[in-house]
Amino acid sequence: MSIREIQAAAITDAVEQLCIQANRFLPQDIRAAEENAIAAEPWPLARTTLELLRSNLDAAADKELPICQDTGMACVFVELGQDAHITGGTLRDAVDEGVRRGYTKGYLRKSITGDPLKRQNTEDNTPAFLTVDLVPGDGCRITVAPKGAGSENMSRLAMLKPADGVQGVKDFVLETVRLAGSNPCPPIILGVGVGGSFDKCALLAKHALLRPLDKPNSDPYYAALEKELCDAINAMGIGPQGFGGATTCLGVAIEQAPTHVACLPVAVNIGCHVTRRATAEL
Amino acid sequence: MQYELHTPLTREALSVLKAGDTVLISGTVYTARDAAHGRMMELLDAGEPLPFDIRGAAIYYVGPTPERPGQVIGAAGPTTAGRMDKFTPRLLDLGLACMIGKGKRDAAVKASAVKNGAVYLAALGGAGALMAASIRSCEIIAWPDLGCEAVRRLTVEKMPLTVLLDAHGSNLYESGPAAYLQSLSAD
Repeated sequence: MSIREIQAAAITDAVEQLCIQANRFLPQDIRAAEENAIAAEPWPLARTTLELLRSNLDAAADKELPICQDTGMACVFVELGQDAHITGGTLRDAVDEGVRRGYTKGYLRKSITGDPLKRQNTEDNTPAFLTVDLVPGDGCRITVAPKGAGSENMSRLAMLKPADGVQGVKDFVLETVRLAGSNPCPPIILGVGVGGSFDKCALLAKHALLRPLDKPNSDPYYAALEKELCDAINAMGIGPQGFGGATTCLGVAIEQAPTHVACLPVAVNIGCHVTRRATAEL
Repeated sequence: MQYELHTPLTREALSVLKAGDTVLISGTVYTARDAAHGRMMELLDAGEPLPFDIRGAAIYYVGPTPERPGQVIGAAGPTTAGRMDKFTPRLLDLGLACMIGKGKRDAAVKASAVKNGAVYLAALGGAGALMAASIRSCEIIAWPDLGCEAVRRLTVEKMPLTVLLDAHGSNLYESGPAAYLQSLSAD
């Protein structure tokens, strides 16, 4: 079996480009969902608001500006083939250098404080919030998903009782959206994790936000639950920006995992109407 | 209704606004968010003056992206205003007339806004490129070490905003969804 070599410098270049691209252009599946929402929205103020959000996407592309001034934590997901070998530096350093260059050259905001209590800005948006998965093969797939704080701050996790069942999960998801209200910049996108351990459940929710909106869960049971939750959220009337209307949620993605017989963790990671991501394969 | 406002703002000019109205604001707007609010409180505790005249002023809760060469400002949409709730009633009592941001405020801010005849207006959350279009100049006037959180003096021209909390206690985040849901049951 041969080992494929991947240069650390190539990873840095890719991360740099992905940081800039993700902050300037919304993924096509989310743009399409917003177009569909404009066409379907019956409430005039909500439709006008959605149209303004679309104008913002065009203005960002025209003026080479970020879509949103909160260019986020640089959440970087690397799926690294176990037959690949990174040379010329460490993965951690390569990714951080890509974030440093992307956020500087792309005129993106530096929003990271090096210590949560001492609150000194690191000035270059590092460190990246790096998640690595070791996968079969010799590839290297990198996704940069800049995450803003307005929606991140409204995210929640609960360790439910197994007896709470699917109804408990639904109630917690809907309560989270109700508590969030206008804060996470609706229309929102929800990543929901169900199962795993305390930490794995949160990661499931974050991973769920990476899934394109036009790809439901492969298990029909969870696909139906995604649709049911999305419809229930849209019946709340919160609307775009919280001004009222039919469009509160563009999509719900659930990721599930095995858990302990005594556990039923559920995590809800809220994404805003500019839930950003960009992917490259090396 | 749509209104045009010019800074500095008076109680009289603000009193006609109702939650849900749109406002085009022109003149001077100051930026301040989390860290700048913390420092303003330290100044007030020490009996020192604030970096700008707060009476009749508008504060925009924003931390813009760096401007490209030739641009006035980068993307400049609102941040979540609720994080400033702890500091806001004190500023309203000193004459702050207008807050620009997005998201819910607490009961103390709402009561203080009514008491002082102030308003809370929405800029479009997540629409940083669009909001930047009405900003004509931008100058850092305090705490450049805070980076994107430094206090800036913005000159704005017809910045498009929506009234969230009016000076009489109405709240678009309650009345807007309620009106929409009411329209469904009326069908």
